[in-house]
Amino acid sequence: MTTSDIKLTGSSSEISPENPAPVIEAPRARTAKTPKATRGNFEMYGWLFMRLSGIVLVVLVIGHLLIQLVLDGGVSKVSFAFVAGRWASPFWQAWDLIMLWLAMLHGANGLRTVINDYAERDNTRFWLKMLLYAATIFTVLLGTLVIFTFDPNIR
Amino acid sequence: MDKVEAESAASPYITATFRIRRFNPEIAAEAVWEDFTIEIDPKERVLDALHKIKWDVDGTLTFRRSCAHGICGSDAMRINGRNRLACKTLIKDLSPEKPISVEPIKGLTVLKDLVVDMDPFFQAYRDVMPFLITSGNEPTRERLQSAADRERFDDTTKCILCAACTSSCPVFWNDGQYFGPAAIVNAHRFIFDSRDEAGEQRLEILNDRDGVWRCRTTFNCTDACPRGIEVTKAIQEVKRALITRRF
Repeated sequence: MTTSDIKLTGSSSEISPENPAPVIEAPRARTAKTPKATRGNFEMYGWLFMRLSGIVLVVLVIGHLLIQLVLDGGVSKVSFAFVAGRWASPFWQAWDLIMLWLAMLHGANGLRTVINDYAERDNTRFWLKMLLYAATIFTVLLGTLVIFTFDPNIR
Repeated sequence: MDKVEAESAASPYITATFRIRRFNPEIAAEAVWEDFTIEIDPKERVLDALHKIKWDVDGTLTFRRSCAHGICGSDAMRINGRNRLACKTLIKDLSPEKPISVEPIKGLTVLKDLVVDMDPFFQAYRDVMPFLITSGNEPTRERLQSAADRERFDDTTKCILCAACTSSCPVFWNDGQYFGPAAIVNAHRFIFDSRDEAGEQRLEILNDRDGVWRCRTTFNCTDACPRGIEVTKAIQEVKRALITRRF
C-alpha cells in the first residue's frame, strides 16, 4: 500500500459559512419532556397477571376446545341447543365467564405491551391503546351480558 | 520471481473485504456502506483490520477503541450482524471469504462512522446509583464479606459497560427509554451485595414503567455480552427480588 493508494474521502473542506454542516439530531436522552418515573406496582402486577392467567387459561382453553371440537362428535354437535344445555349449568357459565375475562385481559395486556414496544410516537401509542381498551371493554361487557342474560327460550 | 511466488504462497495473509457503515453528517445525511479490501492475516482481529484501513487506506474512518484488549469496552460494534468487541473478534471466525460487515451499535445516535452517542446509555447507568451506599460510620478497615456473599453477585461484576447488550435489545431500540440490560446488570451488582444498603431504592427505580418489566427475555443481551455475563438471568433475578419483596 503506497501513499498514492490512499483515498481521501470525507474532507470537511466543503463546509463553509454558506454551506454549514447539518445539525446532528439530538440523541434520545432523558429531557424535560421525558415522562417522569412512575411509582406503584402496576407493571409488576401486569407481569404477574400474564403468568398466572396464562397457567389458568391453558386448562380452561384446552378444556373448552376439547369439549367443543373433539369429544362427543366434534364441532358438528355444536348448536343452539348444545350451548343452551351447557349454559343451564352454573359450572359452565362460570367456566366461560372466567375464560372470557382472563383471555380478554390477558390478550389486551399483551397487545398493550406490543403497542408500547412498537409504537414510536406518543400520539400513535396513546390512540392505539385507547382503541384497544375500547374494544376490550366492549367485548368483555357484551360477553358477560350474554352469559348472564342468556335465554334458552328465545326462539 | 519464483522465490517471490513461493513466499507469497506461504504467506499467512488473505484478502478480506470489510463492508463498513460510513456516516459523516458534514458530507451526507445518509449513512452508506463502503467496501475496503485489504490483505490481512486471518488470525488478526477485526480491530487490527480497522486500524489497517484507518492507517493505510482511509484516515477518515472513525471508531472508538482504547485498550484494544477487551477490557475498556470502547469498541463494541455490530460485526456480521452481531454485537461484539472488535478487539475480541478474530477475522478467521467470521468466514472472511465473504464481505465482513461492520456497523455501529444500534439504538444510539450515530455521530460519525462507528461512533455513537453513549449519553443515554450512561444516563440509564447513573440512574440505578451504581455505587456503594451504606449508613453509619465508615469502618476503619475493609468491609468484610463472606466468599458466598461475594459469589452471589460475581457474574455481574464483570460488566465493562461496552453497551453491546443494551444496543442488542429490541425493547431499547424502540424509544431508548427502557433502562436496558447494562443498567440492570449494574443495579444487580449492588442489589445483591451484602455490604450495600440501598437495594430497596434500586429495586424501586427498576420497578418503573421502563424498568425490568419491559424485559421480554429474548436473550439478545446474553448472546451479545463479550464478557459472558448471564444478563437475562440477572434481570430475572431482579424481577424475582421485586416480587418476593412484595409478597
